[in-house]
Amino acid sequence: MSKNFLIWGAFATIFAAAGVLAAGGPLEGVIEKQSLNVSAIVMFFLFVSATLAITYWAAQRTKTAKDFYTAGGGITGLQNGLAISGDYMSAASFLGISALVYRSGYDGLIYSIGFLVGWPVILFLVAERLRNLGKYTFADVASYRLAQTPIRTLSAFGALATVILYLIAQMVGAGQLIQLLFGLPYWMAVVIVGALMILYVTFGGMLATTWVQIIKAILLLLGATFIALGALYSFDFSFEKLFTAAINTSREGQPGTLSGEAIMAPGGLVNNWFDAISLGIALMLGTAGLPHILMRFFTVADAKEARKSVFYATGFIGYFYILTFIIGFGAIVLISKNPEYLTAKGGLVGGNNMAAIHLSHAVGGDIFLGFISAVAFATILAVVSGLTLAGASAVSHDLYASVIKRGQVNEAQEMKISKMATVVLGIIAIGLGIAFEKQNIAFMVGLAFAIAASANFPVLFLSMFWSKLTTRGAFLGGFIGLTTAIVLVVIGPTVWVALLGNEEPIFGSKYPALISVTVAFVGIWLFSITDNSKRAEVDRAAFEAQDVRCQTGIGAEGAVMH
Amino acid sequence: MQPDLVEKVKNNPKYQELVSKRSRFAWILSIIMLVIYYAFILVIAFSPQSLAIKVSETSVITVGIPIGLLVIISAFVLTGVYVWRANGEFDNLTHQIKEDLK
Repeated sequence: MSKNFLIWGAFATIFAAAGVLAAGGPLEGVIEKQSLNVSAIVMFFLFVSATLAITYWAAQRTKTAKDFYTAGGGITGLQNGLAISGDYMSAASFLGISALVYRSGYDGLIYSIGFLVGWPVILFLVAERLRNLGKYTFADVASYRLAQTPIRTLSAFGALATVILYLIAQMVGAGQLIQLLFGLPYWMAVVIVGALMILYVTFGGMLATTWVQIIKAILLLLGATFIALGALYSFDFSFEKLFTAAINTSREGQPGTLSGEAIMAPGGLVNNWFDAISLGIALMLGTAGLPHILMRFFTVADAKEARKSVFYATGFIGYFYILTFIIGFGAIVLISKNPEYLTAKGGLVGGNNMAAIHLSHAVGGDIFLGFISAVAFATILAVVSGLTLAGASAVSHDLYASVIKRGQVNEAQEMKISKMATVVLGIIAIGLGIAFEKQNIAFMVGLAFAIAASANFPVLFLSMFWSKLTTRGAFLGGFIGLTTAIVLVVIGPTVWVALLGNEEPIFGSKYPALISVTVAFVGIWLFSITDNSKRAEVDRAAFEAQDVRCQTGIGAEGAVMH
Repeated sequence: MQPDLVEKVKNNPKYQELVSKRSRFAWILSIIMLVIYYAFILVIAFSPQSLAIKVSETSVITVGIPIGLLVIISAFVLTGVYVWRANGEFDNLTHQIKEDLK
């Protein structure tokens, strides 16, 4: 296949980046740029070259649709556990959660715990069944015994909505981070991320996407471990000393930060029962409805490897969150008083999200800063590649092959469409990333989770657990859940007040999941039990066969069945 | 899947044993996780000051920190317990069910 194009594209990207880096960036950005960071640039080129070599290797092994969507189903449990934790340890969670700990201490831990506890529940109730029933996308499972056209369409749009919202958030974060770390102009940073991700996904498919994710997960775990140990070293590895020093660090005048004993206890992240329960539901069920996470369960050979992946992933993610907690506290002591990292006004250079990056410099010097900067970049590349592949499979496998062509399509055509979809999604992501540069994008991840929890998850869950589910119930209930989630976010504080500038929100909470998820489940139930159509009989009658396959994996041997 | 195959598997007592044991176990573990998490988050919502109590008179560490760590560790341990039993007992049963079909 067009290998020349791959090599050309790779070189063009590297040289474009090199040109701009050497010039130090001609444009002025909104954020203050860092001076040219040579070690970061060297590390960056090393990483990009390595990932392009992987992509080249993967491209030669990616021949069938199964290779493209699921890396041939040959990823092991440990590898997949690393890849899943890599999807979770995005730049947003590495920088964002350590920044949250840096600002308000204990509250950062509450957030990371919410993200983590979804995993055990996914393992107990979803992971194995998903592996036993699905082929390439979670829509395979949701529509297993239901009418293909409506359910695939709904699931594919649910997946695309989640993917695009998530992509925008990642692209904007990427642009700002790279602008700061490498002194590149914002648009150039976004274009480089977009171009590299298109290369990885179109040529290397799931195999390249997974290996880029695995390598980055290992680098990030090692890097974060080193920062945390470096910080603890300053306190003779005594948590007592670290916390005492943090409490005694007065940060008056630094915007948005807590000081004194307040950092050792819950602050204001959640302060009423509605937000507490609703946030918990969104994080827990939302995780189980994220298409780029769910598709990782199809890359392993069987249910046994699927469950091992969750076990490893939970361990890595939990360990990583403990590290971010130490990093945040280390940053309070080691950098919040150091003039080297502060602006004239007393805030952190580059904003609070840079706490972990500055701490890496404080404990490891310029070379280690370069390493961590390159890892942060790699993190963004790996996560956007996974997202794009999930979006492209929704277009090619669900919408094109199953809905438009009704399954009458050969592999070559389906692959061609998925590569075209990758390029189009990449261009959309670049365009929206640039368009949203100066917008407040905080609501986007929340909205992505709300949609995943309210539209994707209920249909997926009930299709596996409830024998009386019908096509009509799943479609109408899922659609109502989707609409409710979007409407409540739009009339809530994040969009109605922060983005549209109204005084008071119509819906008072930032977290709509408690209502929208309930509405979705009730809707699916109501429209299923009142469904007396012919189709409903077919749907219900097919549950038994589905359940046997779901429970045992008979008929779903995947890689070993020929 | 063939309808007669489905019937055959369904009527296998080992299949019924697998389904009931595993469902029970999975739901129990899920409920334990949910109870731990929601107990934690509801304490934060209703009584944040109880997490601000010091672990001892001489320490600055609050009980909230070990409790938070325990929630993280419990998630890991629960997944471990499930994987351990599933990889042994449940996979053996599944294997026997498949053997019975041959």
